[in-house]
Amino acid sequence: MDRVPIIKIGKYLLATIPPDVQDSVAIALQEDLGTRIVASRARLVLVDISALQIVDSFIGRMIGDISGMARLLDAEVMVVGMQPAVAMTLVELGLTLTGVRTALNVEAALAMAGIRDHT
Amino acid sequence: MTSRPYVTPIPILGAQREAILERWIAEQKREGIARPDLLSDADLARECSEFMSALFAGLNSDSMDPTGSRWEQMRASLRGITLSRGRLGFGPSETMRFVLTLKEPLFSSLDELEPTQHVQAVLEINRLIDRLGLMTSEIYQQGREEIIQRQQQEMLELSTPVVKLWDGILALPLIGTLDSERTQVVMETLLQAIVETGSTIAIIDITGVPTVDTKVAQHLIQTVSAARLMGADCLISGIRPQIAQTIIHLGITLPDVVTKATLADAFITALSRIGQHVVAKRTDHER
Repeated sequence: MDRVPIIKIGKYLLATIPPDVQDSVAIALQEDLGTRIVASRARLVLVDISALQIVDSFIGRMIGDISGMARLLDAEVMVVGMQPAVAMTLVELGLTLTGVRTALNVEAALAMAGIRDHT
Repeated sequence: MTSRPYVTPIPILGAQREAILERWIAEQKREGIARPDLLSDADLARECSEFMSALFAGLNSDSMDPTGSRWEQMRASLRGITLSRGRLGFGPSETMRFVLTLKEPLFSSLDELEPTQHVQAVLEINRLIDRLGLMTSEIYQQGREEIIQRQQQEMLELSTPVVKLWDGILALPLIGTLDSERTQVVMETLLQAIVETGSTIAIIDITGVPTVDTKVAQHLIQTVSAARLMGADCLISGIRPQIAQTIIHLGITLPDVVTKATLADAFITALSRIGQHVVAKRTDHER
């Protein structure tokens, strides 16, 4: 089964969601992330969804779930690089991901994370 | 309606074609719908004779049904005349009466017929001209609707400019009422601009929005949420005192949205968010 690679960059974790993500892959990612957060003691997880062009309610909920789960493990999820069409779909579905931090791209996300760590 | 036998003697009408045309034009002038200010006499005569040829082309077929295939020329001619009159500024009733005034010249050319045949023929022609008149008004309406639709489209395109105020700061001055369709366009343009410019802050200025009701507020919140999902913060500016009052009376809350009274205030806030600030230029004696 395909798995989403989770990369560790310094104190952060980065998961890049592939364009055609299957539900099973999404569930596996959720499990993997939990393990990796605990193992690496990362405080911030970047979920890069810039490749995702189409989103359904399942993936939308998954992002919310990952964020909730990470919060329980004392880490924060930042959703990175959401495409306009995806953002509009999620708003239409009523999934505004309240409480989840967002960033335009990985660069902006790392800059934001850096500012946060130094204050 | 299918083709049916009819009694109207086409040859009699055909023989008087020139006379009918002349009487028709005279009738239009007498009724005051010729409008010499919009259409010259020569053009009027040309239109009328075009209409007459199309009419006779239809009458010479074996059908009195103007929606039938034999009346193709009539319909095309009617369409051309109606649309051109609409553009020239003729009113809907003037355009319709242009067709209806043809009745009397046609009736009077049937005077030689025997009474029973005469009644029958008049009824037939009456029905035919009425239907042509209705078609005219329908075409006229369609022409108007096309114009309205085109203008709506143009307004949509015109009314959603996204302005770059600074590196990383976009402004979206909204003008006019926000309905669902416009919100969609506004949202798309804004989100696309956020991606293209890599901006982290967008200012939505609603100075030009006349009223804010629950629906408009809902649309604003949606736009703000979508931008936030992409990683850009939205500020709303240009809320006039009356609108603020309306919003409170309606019980609308704009949760997690920073609002400012003017675009200038919002711009200063946006600048400080990206770590910039405006200072006055020092004059020479201060140095």
